[in-house]
Amino acid sequence: MTDVVITGMGAVTPLGIGARTLHERWTAGVCGVRDGEAPCGDFEPTDFLSRKEARRADRCTQLAVAACEEALEDAGWAGELPYDPHRIGCIIGTGIGGIGTLEHNHTLLERDGAKAVSPLAVPLMMSNAPAAALSMRHDLRGHVYGIVSACAAGAHAIGSAVRAIQAGDAIAVVTGGAEAALTPLSKAAFAALDATSTSGISRPFDIRRDGFVMGEGAGILVLEDGDAARARGARILGTVRGYGATSDAFHLTAPHERGEGALAAIEAALRDAGLEAGEIDYVNAHGTSTPLNDRAETFALKAAFGDHAAGLPVSSTKSAIGHLLGAAGAVEAVATLLALRDRIAPPTLGWAERDPELDLDYVPGAARPFEVPADRRATAISNSFGFGGHNVVLCLEAA
Amino acid sequence: MTNQQKGAKMSTAITAEQVEQVVRTSLESFGADPDEINREAELTALDIDSLDLAELSQIVEEQFGVNLTSSDVKSIVTVGDAVDLIVERA
Repeated sequence: MTDVVITGMGAVTPLGIGARTLHERWTAGVCGVRDGEAPCGDFEPTDFLSRKEARRADRCTQLAVAACEEALEDAGWAGELPYDPHRIGCIIGTGIGGIGTLEHNHTLLERDGAKAVSPLAVPLMMSNAPAAALSMRHDLRGHVYGIVSACAAGAHAIGSAVRAIQAGDAIAVVTGGAEAALTPLSKAAFAALDATSTSGISRPFDIRRDGFVMGEGAGILVLEDGDAARARGARILGTVRGYGATSDAFHLTAPHERGEGALAAIEAALRDAGLEAGEIDYVNAHGTSTPLNDRAETFALKAAFGDHAAGLPVSSTKSAIGHLLGAAGAVEAVATLLALRDRIAPPTLGWAERDPELDLDYVPGAARPFEVPADRRATAISNSFGFGGHNVVLCLEAA
Repeated sequence: MTNQQKGAKMSTAITAEQVEQVVRTSLESFGADPDEINREAELTALDIDSLDLAELSQIVEEQFGVNLTSSDVKSIVTVGDAVDLIVERA
């Protein structure tokens, strides 16, 4: 089966504009959480979109457009597509889609009646809007659709893109995730569910963890058929070695308490990659900072990695940028690949007090270099789990 | 709604100038170049499409009580066509 390589990456996150900005600031220990949430404060839509384009896009689509500009530039695609547009797909995940648009129009409906609802409401709020917008903007005419699987959506999108290329349905796919759910209804709803932190602090795996801190942003990757990318002389950043996806079939919101579904997804990703557990150098955890996730994920990692688990650095991007929901898996794939490039495990910020049950190496305090055997490339897994019981694990390898 | 707009809504005689002003302001808000908006300008040249016209219909109904159907909107080519149609229906 063909290898699927990563040739471009882009991100807009609470740490700023740019994939490398995310990596550098997180590695330096900068935290993007402010007053209990993590907005993309540096993001100005009209830096990337015309006024007309900006009003035709919900914030989640605007974030995707900005991340995509960077990713295509990074891949050397700016200005001209390297392949027949019908052979290029665009698969973008989101947890909720244009919920800001939905809330605004519902307010208009309640206040002023049905005739006040905007004709733009549907095209802005639909969860496939980011994929459609990128398709139109960049003339991507192949498999184009949205992926909806809560906080696993960004990772599911990347996995689906890999499969589309391996199946021969596409030569390349622009993929990732986008989310902009820092809205009143969304915040109230997650709070009502007791999912978000009351302390406003994201500290995954720490015994004091009390829920996730909501963030927003987008991550976009350009994936290409390895042979095609090499033939065009592309600069290859890494390879998606494996993809595993399972469902807990257990509970609407709670993960399986022993992380059985997560374990099965990790095992599936390693099997797909053709790698042994001992060949993984770093784990980018889902690590939400919720009591249940971090416990179940730790159990899953220990079961999957056995004796190798104790010496394996495990850190959570959410400690620096909060939980980007449907964008998380994509942004974290970007962060994982850049960590592999530098062979540095970024830290789990805020981790200070051990939970007796959670005894892995969560890379507390500061980023730490890790060793990679000379006979292979640096390799990691990135975990993403979603409400509904979705588990996705990507196995990534640096170039 | 401004007093002027309220006045327009209540008045029985809606002037072409009033309509033209509302159309112009709407097109600008949709992203059309203000310098390019004039009676002869074609909507396609202003990058105004069917979604914009759906929004314009909504504004016109709210401001002037004029209901433009989708087939009405299809007949509009220029800014002047839009203004004339609204004035005629008001």
